[in-house]
Amino acid sequence: MADSLGGAPVPTGLPAEPTTTEVKQEEKAHHWLVDVGIRLVKEKPLGTVGGAIVLLLFLTGIFADLSWIGLPDVGLAPYGYNEVDLKIRLAAPSLQHPLGGDNMGRDMLSRIIHGARVSMFIGVFGSGIAVAVSTTLGLMCGYFGGKFDLIVQRFVDAWISFPMLFIYLTVMAIIGGGMIQLVLVLGISSGIGGSRGPRALVFWIKENVYVEAARAVGAPTSRILLHHLLPNIIPVLILSLSIGMGGMIMAEAGLSFLGFGLPPPIPSWGGMISGAGRIYMIRAPWMLLWPGIALSLVIYGINMFGDALRDLLDPRLRGGLGRYGGISEKKLDAIRKKAEEKS
Amino acid sequence: MRAYAIRRILLGIPTLIIVTILVFLAVRLIPGNVIELMVAEMAQESGMGEELTVDYLRAQLGLDEPVYTQYFKFVGNLFRGDFGQSLWTGRDILPDIISRYPISIELGLIAIIISLSISWPVGVYSAIRQDTIIDYAGRTFAIGMLAMPNFWLATMVVVYPSIWFNWTPPIQYIPFVEDPIGNLGMFIIPGFLMGTGMSGGSMRFLRTMFLEVLRQDYIRTAWAKGLRERTIILKHALRNASIPLITSFGPMVLMLFGGSVIMEQIFCIPGLGRFFIDALNTRDYPVIQVMNLISAGSFIVVTITIDLSYAWLDPRITYR
Repeated sequence: MADSLGGAPVPTGLPAEPTTTEVKQEEKAHHWLVDVGIRLVKEKPLGTVGGAIVLLLFLTGIFADLSWIGLPDVGLAPYGYNEVDLKIRLAAPSLQHPLGGDNMGRDMLSRIIHGARVSMFIGVFGSGIAVAVSTTLGLMCGYFGGKFDLIVQRFVDAWISFPMLFIYLTVMAIIGGGMIQLVLVLGISSGIGGSRGPRALVFWIKENVYVEAARAVGAPTSRILLHHLLPNIIPVLILSLSIGMGGMIMAEAGLSFLGFGLPPPIPSWGGMISGAGRIYMIRAPWMLLWPGIALSLVIYGINMFGDALRDLLDPRLRGGLGRYGGISEKKLDAIRKKAEEKS
Repeated sequence: MRAYAIRRILLGIPTLIIVTILVFLAVRLIPGNVIELMVAEMAQESGMGEELTVDYLRAQLGLDEPVYTQYFKFVGNLFRGDFGQSLWTGRDILPDIISRYPISIELGLIAIIISLSISWPVGVYSAIRQDTIIDYAGRTFAIGMLAMPNFWLATMVVVYPSIWFNWTPPIQYIPFVEDPIGNLGMFIIPGFLMGTGMSGGSMRFLRTMFLEVLRQDYIRTAWAKGLRERTIILKHALRNASIPLITSFGPMVLMLFGGSVIMEQIFCIPGLGRFFIDALNTRDYPVIQVMNLISAGSFIVVTITIDLSYAWLDPRITYR
């Protein structure tokens, strides 16, 4: 088990060792992540639903069309996201266009499907950048500590004291909108704030004897950071990656609403809700309805999946229901009565 | 404890200084062409014509001096209580902000009360009955409200009822002193939407804390003593689980500033969020600067207070 974590012994309390004896027998057969997957499906039905929604988002996003291998006409979306057909302008849902048409005469279904790609891109890359930034900062502050940490943390303190939306809006007003800028701004600013979690964890992990041992045999700092500390915070990173995705997608939607999001014709769900969707919401309610439903569903799925992962990965929450019991007063009274009758 | 308090307060000072530098630099990073754009826009709208030049505007923004002079002037003015003037109206910014403060605070307080009255019961109950139907239903509700973008819901709440039932939520601002009930009536819908949106986060936090506390030895001891579940939950678990919840009040204060931006926009509430958006749309940089400064400054003061009260409330934690 420990081998799969990059050779570093697992400190007590980290979720690498399986909890049930049943899993213990097959522990050598697969990676610890597979164990987590199995437990997710077995124990967390809501989390599984959430995971399925996330998977659906990814598949839709990837196969919306195959333009990334040079086949823009093949894919899930029946039409292009910016393909105008004036005959279906503001058209109600029909067989050819199941979700209706928008004010420019574009097929709503195709735009929703392509919107999945935009959301996936923002979620994955925004959250990925955030995790990369927070890991780097957290590892360095946690491991070096002292003056370096003291100074860097003042900057982190200052940064997180701004409301996120204010930071986004101010920066977007300065550098202008666009997919890359948006992802960078979202990722870096939430990554700086998120560095506190990994930092606290590293403070605790670096006290382990094996870190001391590695230093004693003269391992370079980079090796200690990457091979001994990093593998131990991976479960926490997976958590922030999954939960962060929802925040990124939501932030983009909020920015689009305020007019600082992605420029048209990029089919972002947030943009669809806020621009033309609001103007035509009385004549063509489907323009407002579908993107909102898609957005809510995806955020819900990501959160439920992330929560289930936390239940499974967080070392402090280990041990299922059994430790607490969770028996209602009624049942408890019944048990007490039975015990009294017996005696 | 006293040493910790002094250390915590002293550490707040460099943070505040960094905040002023960040706020200051943000305005200086505006590309030059934006200023030219502003000149064109302003000349058209203000009718100032030829006297409005790039140089004039740069002087107005204080961009024509060396950067360090500008910075010390900026900080010096802050100490004298001079927060600058709006580029457009020429009025002092501070009184405008102070008059909007209570409006945003009221909206935020309503949102926080609603959010707490949802998140506490759901969070506690879903933790003590983890993985039951009630747990799933409660969390689906709380996370569902978090998942639905509140501007989407708000847009529909403002428009559709007026078509279906001929009823429109009040979107005319009514001052509290004139008509307290009408005032509350106009705040309750945006407050409810904001509150339910926020409840998901604190519900999840409380649930996690609770799950952790429920696995502690003293809870097992309480069960072994034969205490009733109600006593265990309310007296032993809730007290221990809710102390860390104090730390989540800090982010809530940020919500007072940041989160209300969208709601104030939709429901036409003349609070701080709207003030900020208006300033961004008109590129009123002095106002943006002060708004960022004030919200960050309030947050730093609030977090220090929270940290200190946390240390005071939870005697188990020792600070060095």
